Amino acid sequence: MSNVVAHADDHGHAHAAHHPALQHHFDTMAQQKEAAVVGMWVFLLTEILFFGGLFAAYMVYRIWYFDAFAEASRSLSLFWGGLNTAVLIGSSLTMAMAVRCAQTNKRSATVNWLILTMILGTVFLGVKVIEYADKFEHHHVPGYNYQWAAAHPSTSLGAGEAAGAEHAAPSTALGAGEPHRELSLNADQLQLTTQIYFSLYFTMTGLHAIHMIIGIGIMLVITWMAYKGRFDEQYYTPVEMTGLYWHFVDIVWIFLFPLLYLVERHV
Amino acid sequence: MLDKLKIPERNYLNNGHGLASWLLTKDHKRIAIMYLISISVMFFLGGLFAVAIRLELATPAGDFVQADTYNKFFTAHGVIMVFFFLIPSIPAVLGNFLIPPMIGAKDLAFPRINLLSLYIYWIGGVFTLYAMLSGGVDTGWTFYTPYSATGSNSNVVPVALGIFIAGFSSILTGLNFIVTIHRMRAPGMTWFRLPLFVWAHYATSLVQVLGTPVIAITIVMLGVERGLGFGIFDPARGGDPVLFQHLFWFYSHPAVYIMILPALGVQSELISTFSRKTIFGYSFVAFSSLAIAVFGFIVWAHHMFVAGISTYAAMVFSFLSFSVAIPSAVKVFNWTATLYKGAISFETPMLYAYGFMGLFAIGGLTGLFLATLGMDIHLHDTYFVVAHFHYIMVGGAIMGYLGGLHFWWPKITGRMYSEFFSRIAAILVFVGFNLTFLPQFVVGYLGMPRRYHSYPDEMQVLNVMSSAGASVLGLGYALPVIYLLYSLKKGAVAGPNPWGASGLEWQTQSPPLTENFIEVPVVDREPYEYEHVVAKEKHLV
Repeated sequence: MSNVVAHADDHGHAHAAHHPALQHHFDTMAQQKEAAVVGMWVFLLTEILFFGGLFAAYMVYRIWYFDAFAEASRSLSLFWGGLNTAVLIGSSLTMAMAVRCAQTNKRSATVNWLILTMILGTVFLGVKVIEYADKFEHHHVPGYNYQWAAAHPSTSLGAGEAAGAEHAAPSTALGAGEPHRELSLNADQLQLTTQIYFSLYFTMTGLHAIHMIIGIGIMLVITWMAYKGRFDEQYYTPVEMTGLYWHFVDIVWIFLFPLLYLVERHV
Repeated sequence: MLDKLKIPERNYLNNGHGLASWLLTKDHKRIAIMYLISISVMFFLGGLFAVAIRLELATPAGDFVQADTYNKFFTAHGVIMVFFFLIPSIPAVLGNFLIPPMIGAKDLAFPRINLLSLYIYWIGGVFTLYAMLSGGVDTGWTFYTPYSATGSNSNVVPVALGIFIAGFSSILTGLNFIVTIHRMRAPGMTWFRLPLFVWAHYATSLVQVLGTPVIAITIVMLGVERGLGFGIFDPARGGDPVLFQHLFWFYSHPAVYIMILPALGVQSELISTFSRKTIFGYSFVAFSSLAIAVFGFIVWAHHMFVAGISTYAAMVFSFLSFSVAIPSAVKVFNWTATLYKGAISFETPMLYAYGFMGLFAIGGLTGLFLATLGMDIHLHDTYFVVAHFHYIMVGGAIMGYLGGLHFWWPKITGRMYSEFFSRIAAILVFVGFNLTFLPQFVVGYLGMPRRYHSYPDEMQVLNVMSSAGASVLGLGYALPVIYLLYSLKKGAVAGPNPWGASGLEWQTQSPPLTENFIEVPVVDREPYEYEHVVAKEKHLV
């Protein structure tokens, strides 16, 4: 109950001057910031549950159709996926720098770090466009035009990237590379069940990308506010909350990358 | 003494006039009033579809509407009532209005987000209503795949999208309550001095925040399945339709607790106030709310006992479902113990509270029938299930809502309603409700399945009883609209504390100031101290 005591103390003496960002229903800037932090973490909790439904579906189908997931996973490009992972982790660093600069009253540095974060986010989305275009080209989008076997390995980004490796030899039966071991699914079954993998791939990465677009949109506003000098060491909550959101989106990718790109990739 | 009472000159209702002062307000009380109007409209729209259902079932033959139209009617009834009335009902109206004054705060932690939640609710509601009027949806409110994904030829995606949007409104309300209860309590308002209404809303908010995102992602998956031809639930491609049911019920079972937990909180306030006694076992009642919220998340598969899930899983879920009865019974027994040797009175809110106790007990105990594996095979998808969940959602949640609305109406408006007519309405609701749904237990046990628009001739007597009861129930719901609206102009001035209740919200004027209190209150006593303190304060001006 220490917060209640502190609360009572604050009320004992009237504040000489209220911070302009203090809303009327809060007593102190500290109380206002704590409320925002608790609220943001609760929001991130809802986000975990939101993605959680997809992860649950992924888990079920990966266990049921492991071979289909392993085969389909090999058709993704490790190069682009790995690059994107690095880009996104880098953007988390620049975001953290932006928060730190806002906290220490460095206005122009805050703006610059935020702009850099947005650029890295856009690079990530650009790479995603390249990858999606490849999936469209190879009929790897689930639905009526889906063709697992039609994807020729030498033109696929995934196999092309892995061309140096000895096991990327062209295959006739399965298209996306020689079977790396005895598969429990035949070609027809793969044609059906790899669609489940790609359904999840597009839903998960698509949802992640939408979160990134929203994040960049929020950052545009925050950058403008920072440029206008709205933040100081007492009030930089919006920057910090945007940072929490961005780190969350980053962490989702940290899970998506191994789950989607690295299924049995060692073989 | 009552004659001298006047409506306070300054209050939240006359602080600003005109449409903009309402639509752009950040005052939690005005937002609650706008929610009250919105959900009342939704309630009567949903009620219209119930009327259509009962009209069709008055005769054994399907002679009022065609089977497919009937499907659209019960789907509309379910979707509107569940997502646009019951889920927001007590939290968004009573919780929104009362939590800040109950804990001694000026407002919720995020007033703008509160207003945003209302706008999101409106957008979701209008979207859903439009989708229903422009063709409707025939899948039932449960949207089971593969029918909803590939079979149905109706507006599945637009309606589901409306529910998706409205879900964010629910999440934001829950988030706001959690932060408010954590960070906005007045000096001296410790956790164990919180009214049980607030504890119940805390538990509800946890369910809203943890459950709603799962229905949201389920709707996204259904949307890409139906709209883009993805194959997550498609059995033809190896997908599992039962997975949809798992995800759907992971939210939709806890959603039942979003509806009933706030009503349980109202009930604790009513029982204590109108028996003039400290609530029996405060901490047990408080923690039983949290226990119900937690148990609510681990019982979902009892909706799927006959959907082909593993027998061992079914046994575990059956056992867990039984365990929900424990915290529910803790509450009912504690209320009974509170009544014992209390100075009980029979004002309208208390009539609803008595009705609630009986109906909630029946609804809960018939839930145990359905949680029993062998029994469920016979009763699954029959009218027994329909009767069971209406006892919880209508007999429980709506009785609690009406009881709470009558209890806090003088606080919200500053005026009293007609005690005579409100008692008549409460009795009509109780009688009408039982006449409607008690026969449905029997007709369900005899084997009448839900969601059919015709039935065998020998079941007509019970169905006619049900339809007759529904008209009595409808009258009981229409009556409050009249006398509550009448009271706004002509009702006697209530004064700050007409019931002599102990809560902090009764210590301020009615209707309250925009800031709720003139000064931040300091709480120096325990909750529900009826025996020692409050008796002296009746009609305190």
